[in-house]
Amino acid sequence: MGVPTALEWLGSCAGCEIAILNIGEALVPIITEALDIVHAPVLMDHKYFGQCGEGVTMEIPEATVGIVTGGVGNHEHVEVLEEMRKKCKVLIALGTCATHGGIPALMNGQDRKTSWEGIYQTLTTDPGATVPTVEVPAPLDRIYACDEKVKIDMQLPGCPPNPALIAEVIVSLLEGRPPVLPGKSVCDTCPTKREGKGAVTTVKRFITNAEFTPGEPISEMRCLLEQGYMCMGPVTAAGCAKLGAPSCISARVPCRGCFGPVRKDGNQLLDMMNALASNGIDFNSVVDRRSILRFSGAHGMLRPVKKRIEEEES
Amino acid sequence: MGTVLNIAPVSRIEGHAKIAIHLNDAGNVEDAFLHIQSLRGFEKFIEGRPAEEVPRIVNRICGICPWMHHLASNKAVDGCFGVTPTPTGHKLREMCQVMAHINDKILHFFFLAAPDFVLGPDADYAVRNVIGVVKAAPELATKVVKMRQLGQMMLDKFAGKAIHPIAGVVGGFAKPMVEAERQELLEGSRTLLDFACYALDFAKTNVFAKYMDTIGSLGVIKTGFLGTVDRADGSFRIYDGRQRLMKADGSYVDFEGADYAEYLGEHVEPWAYSKMPYAKSWGEGFNLDYENPKGIYRANTLARINVCDQMSTPKAQAALEEFRAAFGRPAQATLLYHYARLIELVYACERTIELLEWEGITDPNVRARVEPRAGRGVGIVEAPRGTLIHDYTTDDNGCIKSANLIVGTTHNIAPMNMSVKQAATSLIKGGVYNQGLLNQVEMAVRAYDP
Repeated sequence: MGVPTALEWLGSCAGCEIAILNIGEALVPIITEALDIVHAPVLMDHKYFGQCGEGVTMEIPEATVGIVTGGVGNHEHVEVLEEMRKKCKVLIALGTCATHGGIPALMNGQDRKTSWEGIYQTLTTDPGATVPTVEVPAPLDRIYACDEKVKIDMQLPGCPPNPALIAEVIVSLLEGRPPVLPGKSVCDTCPTKREGKGAVTTVKRFITNAEFTPGEPISEMRCLLEQGYMCMGPVTAAGCAKLGAPSCISARVPCRGCFGPVRKDGNQLLDMMNALASNGIDFNSVVDRRSILRFSGAHGMLRPVKKRIEEEES
Repeated sequence: MGTVLNIAPVSRIEGHAKIAIHLNDAGNVEDAFLHIQSLRGFEKFIEGRPAEEVPRIVNRICGICPWMHHLASNKAVDGCFGVTPTPTGHKLREMCQVMAHINDKILHFFFLAAPDFVLGPDADYAVRNVIGVVKAAPELATKVVKMRQLGQMMLDKFAGKAIHPIAGVVGGFAKPMVEAERQELLEGSRTLLDFACYALDFAKTNVFAKYMDTIGSLGVIKTGFLGTVDRADGSFRIYDGRQRLMKADGSYVDFEGADYAEYLGEHVEPWAYSKMPYAKSWGEGFNLDYENPKGIYRANTLARINVCDQMSTPKAQAALEEFRAAFGRPAQATLLYHYARLIELVYACERTIELLEWEGITDPNVRARVEPRAGRGVGIVEAPRGTLIHDYTTDDNGCIKSANLIVGTTHNIAPMNMSVKQAATSLIKGGVYNQGLLNQVEMAVRAYDP
């Protein structure tokens, strides 16, 4: 039998699970021989309350390895995460939601209660509809990364995480060695041409395509930041590259920081301000600066904007 | 009050849900619910974001169909900024969307649904999964894994990211296709078409013929349908077209996407975070009673196959004719969603080849000129799980002022509740139930691929 393994997803989109599948043919021996999957809602039918649903307390089987994706946004997520921690010897937070809050933590930048009320009062919702409260898990005050709630043994960010790195983490655990993971920035691994500080003093929005010759390798294209685009390569952890260049750059599109900060506890917003300033670029030219934290808004990084004084006076 | 059976989590689906079956003292089903457990709030937290950034934020709504959100969003932003993508930009987007449908259908049918049919609905839960399929039918499984991977890697290589894409942009596409890429994608698509035809034949023999009784009874309800058809001839469409809302009797109205709010409303029940869209224009209100539903229509594969007049590609059209001869139009049996899914798989492969063979596909003019501005745009595509609607308004700076989203899966939340109750009521009597029967209730949900 393989190593008992449990998978769970919290406030997630299933992209991390698809990334696991994207390991491809190499995944087949991993899930049929090396691992023994004992719990994984997306793939198999183990139930929290017994197979006939008669139990009263949530139960996940004991496992050596636990993999959890998604951030923590409601009380059920907390319960599932705590049960995973209790039952798994090694607990891995997979994907940027689990490690840094991810996109759903953009909600941390607003008043959650007012926003939720608004969601049930749109153009098409029935008049008088309110936020559901029956038999649905109550929300927390904000979105948390997993390590804000329980001890996490290993973190592998990415939106989605790189299938090759997921495989490396699993295989390294099986072999009893530390995983080999990149510790650099997207920029450090980007093959685009850098010609040094130029005439760029502001950054532009991505409403025109980058300059490049179609079909030529990425190494022939000038750095997108040097082309004047806001690119978060300098402040983002490397790891997305699958075919040489960072994924977005390979599509000729600037980086938006989906692997989170280079150092686990880094601040992508502050780091980006510094990176732009040191290149002589006016930080005020960035439209919607808060969205630089769009992938790393947990850990108290992104908070609601304080009410303006004129609103208090009115 | 008797017992409540909490089937949690509903498994081998793509989201977070639980089923609660309420039994009375006699052990019969009093009521049954599919509770949707999660709410993240995309409609609100995209407010204030520059609109051109939103297609690479909302793709995180779903990691299984990120291309659908990415492209519906791009279309909505096109509308806000008043730009029409270049013809090649449009076609490159469509090609990516259709390719993403291919992978999604292979994933759903073989990885998530197939264990119920290959190993049987009553098989031990420990083996009734894709790992069990790999062990029981290694040759088939290896083929399936290879084909899904081929589709994913084709998208990954051409568009940078298959999951949470970035290559669609307001005004078109971020990079042109070069001839070498076209040739490689064509070769892959032809391999996938062969596989799609094999998969349909495999399922006709080994699934649909074998489980005909179950198909005729499990989770069967009678509803209307919503899909997208070609503006000119009513053919099946998933990237662009007009919306068709069909009643259970087969009569229908067509409307332009921008007018969706005149036809569709969203009901809210206190016990599910997901809203429940319904046909407001029918004027009969909303009711979940599975024997006498009001305002209920379904979306996703079976709906699209029902509303279209024909398929525009030959192999898919032949499959549709055979399907209609056997099950009529509109077909209502819930498990036929799987059959319709495989017809769509064939179409998606044929359509990908068609697009790659279009002479303009390698034109370098892939993005129209764009200026951020105030406006409104409604972007619609057919996601695997149903008609996906993104409706944005922008401010003078081209940032999002407000957004309304109707996400594919939500169209089927009300029908899934009806199917769950129908299945539970017909399967559980006098307090007799077991894990196999309860799994059949889940199969009624799984057919909808939520």
